Amino acid sequence: MTVMGMTGDEAVAHAAKQSKVDIVAAYPITPQTIIVERFSKYVADGEVQTGYVCVESEHSALSACIGSSLTGARVFTATSSQGLALMHEMLYIASGLRLPIVMGVANRALSAPINIHGDHSDMMGSRDCGWIQIYVENAQEAYDWTIQAFKIAEDYEVQLPVSVNLDGFIITHCVEGVDVAEDDVVAKFVQTRKPLFKLDPQKPVTVGALCFTDYYYEFKRQQVDALSHVNAVLNRIAKEYKDATGRSYGILDAYGMEDAEAAVLCLGSTAGTAREVARKLRAQGKKVGVVKIWLYRPFPVDEIKAVLKNVKAVAVLDRAISFGAQYGALCSDVVSALHTVDNGPRIFNVIFGLGGRDIKPSDIELIFNQALETARSGVVKEETVFLGVRE
Amino acid sequence: MVVLKELTTEELFASGHRLCAGCGEGIINRMTMKALRGPTVIIAATGCNEVASTIYPYTSWKLPWAHVAFENAAAVASGVVEAYKAMARRGAGQGQIDVIAMAGDGGTYDIGIQALSGALERGHDFLYICVDNEAYMNTGIQRSGSTPHGAETTTSPAGSVIPGKPEWKKDLIGICAAHGIEYAATATPAYWNDYITKVRKGIEVNGPAVIDVLSPCPLGWRHESARSIEMVRLAVETRYFPIYEFERGKYKLNLSVPKPKPAEEFLKAQGRFAHLFKPTYRKDVIDEIQQNVDANWNRILKLCAN
Repeated sequence: MTVMGMTGDEAVAHAAKQSKVDIVAAYPITPQTIIVERFSKYVADGEVQTGYVCVESEHSALSACIGSSLTGARVFTATSSQGLALMHEMLYIASGLRLPIVMGVANRALSAPINIHGDHSDMMGSRDCGWIQIYVENAQEAYDWTIQAFKIAEDYEVQLPVSVNLDGFIITHCVEGVDVAEDDVVAKFVQTRKPLFKLDPQKPVTVGALCFTDYYYEFKRQQVDALSHVNAVLNRIAKEYKDATGRSYGILDAYGMEDAEAAVLCLGSTAGTAREVARKLRAQGKKVGVVKIWLYRPFPVDEIKAVLKNVKAVAVLDRAISFGAQYGALCSDVVSALHTVDNGPRIFNVIFGLGGRDIKPSDIELIFNQALETARSGVVKEETVFLGVRE
Repeated sequence: MVVLKELTTEELFASGHRLCAGCGEGIINRMTMKALRGPTVIIAATGCNEVASTIYPYTSWKLPWAHVAFENAAAVASGVVEAYKAMARRGAGQGQIDVIAMAGDGGTYDIGIQALSGALERGHDFLYICVDNEAYMNTGIQRSGSTPHGAETTTSPAGSVIPGKPEWKKDLIGICAAHGIEYAATATPAYWNDYITKVRKGIEVNGPAVIDVLSPCPLGWRHESARSIEMVRLAVETRYFPIYEFERGKYKLNLSVPKPKPAEEFLKAQGRFAHLFKPTYRKDVIDEIQQNVDANWNRILKLCAN
């Protein structure tokens, strides 16, 4: 193993390279650009045998990926924000055709007004598209999850596309030390894709047929079934990955939750800051914890129930607004997961960091204190907190 | 030119599909299959062809066939072509596989033009066949960028003020040729030999090739289903639809029409132009169409002379 200084984007590109992808079809968009730039250079320098399809839009990027994946190839792409929005139609087709495409998503705000910085509006806007969605905390996780994503996607129990989400600029552009596995270790771990079906003249199949009222529903039900296998498959693959690299992953990561009375639950890079603040508060004797969800879709209902079992108050941090809804998407999911639990925790929602607005340790300390107060009083003072906004 | 007796008797497009009686697409599909040189994959855009030939759990296609969406047949085909190449590089090749994308004029002239342009610019080795019936027939006859001037569709109705579509048909071959591709051509199923020859040529060139094949639609053009082939032959005989090709920078007229019939004969035969004849004879519009037919023919002759 070697520690290399790389940005989150570079870590994703490096992981895709080591995973020996056959095809990358992508279109550049800030802050994903470093991924496609690095990959183009690998191709130009003959470091990979990958076919790089430099398409004219994100819609065509995912369309080309779908075509490639149908031949049995291992396929990777990456996008962000408006690009993901332009792909929206194809997202559903990739999952509906059960194609194990892996995509890096450099999470960024959606227009209007235009903004290039990090928030989760892009992927949250497509959260119901049938893709497995993983959120990472830093460049190391971006690297590790990209490699694991191929194996999860291609598993026979799953056969679904995966998005690996990294916060725009905060992760994509920050240089960190990344512990990189040897090429042969990754190759042995991911192996080559063995498709269940492909466009093969020796064994012709029709893909993408028209399904009327008599069959469509069954196809959709099968997607639900495939997603229900993800947790077990992910845990198995995470264990294999630990055996190969020593680094341990799973569905979510809990800090201090064994005795926490109040918790912050979040996705992505914010978890690092939250843990740091929690560490400080715990040293002061405050019983706080942090839950970081790696696997956002399928939403890990049982794991959320278990991890929040003993906590009295939870602040759910959403880096996106679900316009017109009671809460942000993540908070809605947590509330739904707990609604059948007797004497469950009090929950409030914190909307933060939109358009890349910084979230500081002092902000999170404020949230912890509010959560502790809620735990004590049993009363939610404010259901949705718009943190750090000028009113 | 191909020889009828030498064409394969194998039918890769099976009967039992649900295309309308007299639909040009079924005939074109069958002819296309006769032109293949070996293992081939078809990538289809959304449209009548997909809707009528692959109703789950049935399929008319005895070769690998995939439909993804409406506007992206060229992009999907790009991915298919490059993936076969990439897998061959790592020793997982499946031999030579030809890729044909098929889309209607809606999926080509309009919503798919960006994906087509991108694929042509990148130069993937595939044949793109636009089955051009000059409107969105699958959704109930709405106008497209290919619908001719004066034609009535449900979104270019013949009203008391506007007599059918005011705009003119796009020059698809010109657009494709401007990308500097090796081969682009027009065709109709009325001239089967010309069409099959062109499909084979399009498959054989290295890089992208485009064929715009005029496909009669009894429902949208409003003519008797038994007269479909006659309609597209009339399109050629009136010089309404010139049959030509663009090969390595040179244009060539494939079917000369020394004594053209008046364009009116083509218009008169179809219900989509009926409003130009009844209740009032719209000489102004018919003349305009004739002038456009003449100008277009002369433009193509000039291109062919260079």
